[in-house]
Amino acid sequence: MKALVIALVIAPVLGALAAPASAAEESPCVATAGPMQADFPLRQVAAAIDSKHLAVTVVGTASSTLPGENGAAKAYPARLGEALRARFPGVDVQVTAHTKARDNAATMAKDMQQILAADKPALVIWQAGTVDAMLGVDPDDFQSALDDGLDVLRGKVDAVLVNMQYSPRTDAMIALGAYLDAMRYAAMQHETLLFDRLNVMKNWNDAGIFNLHADTKTIDVAEHVHDCIGRLLAGLIVDGVEVAKANNATNNTGAASPDNKDNKETH
Amino acid sequence: MPPVIPSGRDLRLDLFRGLALWLIFLDHIPSNVVSWLTIRNYGFSDATEIFVFISGYTAAFVYGREMNERGVVVASARILKRAWQIYVAHIFLFVIYMAEIAYVASTFDNPLYSEEMGVFNFLKQPDVTMVQAMLLKFKPANMDVLPLYIVLLGGFPPMLWLLLRRSTLALVASVALYALTWRFDWNFPAYPNGTWVFNPLAWQLLFCFGAWCALGGAERIAPFARSRAVLALAAAYLVFAFAIALTWYIPHMASYIPRWFAEWMYPIDKTNLDVLRFAHFLALAALTVRYVPRDWIGLDSRLTRPAILCGQHSLEIFCLGVFLSFAGHFAMVEISDGIGMQVLVSVLGIAVMVATAGLIKWYKDVEGRKHGPRRAPPNADLAGGEA
Repeated sequence: MKALVIALVIAPVLGALAAPASAAEESPCVATAGPMQADFPLRQVAAAIDSKHLAVTVVGTASSTLPGENGAAKAYPARLGEALRARFPGVDVQVTAHTKARDNAATMAKDMQQILAADKPALVIWQAGTVDAMLGVDPDDFQSALDDGLDVLRGKVDAVLVNMQYSPRTDAMIALGAYLDAMRYAAMQHETLLFDRLNVMKNWNDAGIFNLHADTKTIDVAEHVHDCIGRLLAGLIVDGVEVAKANNATNNTGAASPDNKDNKETH
Repeated sequence: MPPVIPSGRDLRLDLFRGLALWLIFLDHIPSNVVSWLTIRNYGFSDATEIFVFISGYTAAFVYGREMNERGVVVASARILKRAWQIYVAHIFLFVIYMAEIAYVASTFDNPLYSEEMGVFNFLKQPDVTMVQAMLLKFKPANMDVLPLYIVLLGGFPPMLWLLLRRSTLALVASVALYALTWRFDWNFPAYPNGTWVFNPLAWQLLFCFGAWCALGGAERIAPFARSRAVLALAAAYLVFAFAIALTWYIPHMASYIPRWFAEWMYPIDKTNLDVLRFAHFLALAALTVRYVPRDWIGLDSRLTRPAILCGQHSLEIFCLGVFLSFAGHFAMVEISDGIGMQVLVSVLGIAVMVATAGLIKWYKDVEGRKHGPRRAPPNADLAGGEA
């Protein structure tokens, strides 16, 4: 009974938190995605945008691409590039995707250095978790792999972690819990943004935006889902840049140095 | 001298084990709005702790008396027979699971989920999968509790022997094993990768603690557990755990947790029965024992009767719950996953659990009558044991 009362108390709070998003004039998939804001600044991305060249690398597995000839063009990394170009006109935005269907986080972490050297990105979007959960990798090992990969990026490159897809059909068959926790924890520890893809897709399913149960060979829904994920990710990145700018401005104001007058405009 | 094992049925054990079985069922249905009611959302521990503790308590209660009366060999043999029954139940559940997953694999296609389809890969190697399942190394999602229970019972005879002779030493040994497990990262290997989701070497602490309580430990710590200071501490800890749990669902609140504290606290390790989880269970138990006395009037009420009935036939009802959670998820995927359906599946599932428990009780009564005055030996399902 007590639990019920608590649930009744929590529900409106959660609803109130989600409300600002639904107030925005956006497509339904963005409106129903749930709260999405950057807790940490994306400093390297902000600097890259200032220099008019933004390189983004997506490291992930099969769920970061789509099957078929046009799969890569319709998948969320390409859609993200599109959304970023629209948001930052005049900035040369390059998105490179490294997707290997069966890589677990440890393999991706090992490749991270090499990928950085090749792409020289300002931002790495690292999608992980599903393969590890399906293989049943020890969650501790999964977490240390995330640590290793994020350590390679630290200080040089911004990062956004992307967690698993919400897949209602296989929901009862892949135990994601410990891996979700590990990603949340790694994100917090490394002051890294986490794009909660699972929750976003769950919200879509609950709101009836996409039918994620559908047994289908057609790719329309999958393309829409990826398009929306790309746009939401772009939104999160924009927010991270804003936070970085706001932080810069505060720091500069705090320093009260006459050299920083120009920066105050960012307030 | 062997400790005096309290006699008489403690219906509270049946009640809380029955409730734990319901909660486990609800938690195992993914994306189920009713699972908001379950305790895992309001603190660190969940129904698994309750189930394992009560299972340890019951096992010691039933087999402890057996060991005192009929000797170590007979009691050990009966414990191992019980472990075998649970093993058979687990394999039975595994077959049902395979049937469901094979059906889904052959009927579902969606380009969005090409990655998740990988979970069906093991169907391509039934030879390996089946053998690994029988070795308890391959355990599909949500089928981890029975293997834990099997191992705990398998290792129980020597522990029970020691508990009956030197109960404090036995408890110290259990804590030592727990500590060493944490120190050296011991766990059982799993297939195809990793280790057991519920590490028996860590979870044995709760099982042994339950057993220790059943064999007189509960009376020994009662004055301490019922003291005002402990109750206040327990209540404070539950409030603290609730506040932390809120931050999981309201991300903004997470910023109120100091970073150093979060780093110390996370991850809260379920596999190895994190100390925070264990403490949370202890706090819940202390308050429960205080406010739900053994002769609590509610235990005779018709409202608690269904849960008590389920708790009294825990193995059957546990297995049924796992099956029903598969079936419920299946129905939600195939028919509808709306909130109405989630509630319907949850309520129907619990109703089926209660009805089945009633049926099992009826069978046992009938069989008892047929055998006349000779009573069947007590089994570990009878949480309070037979008086």
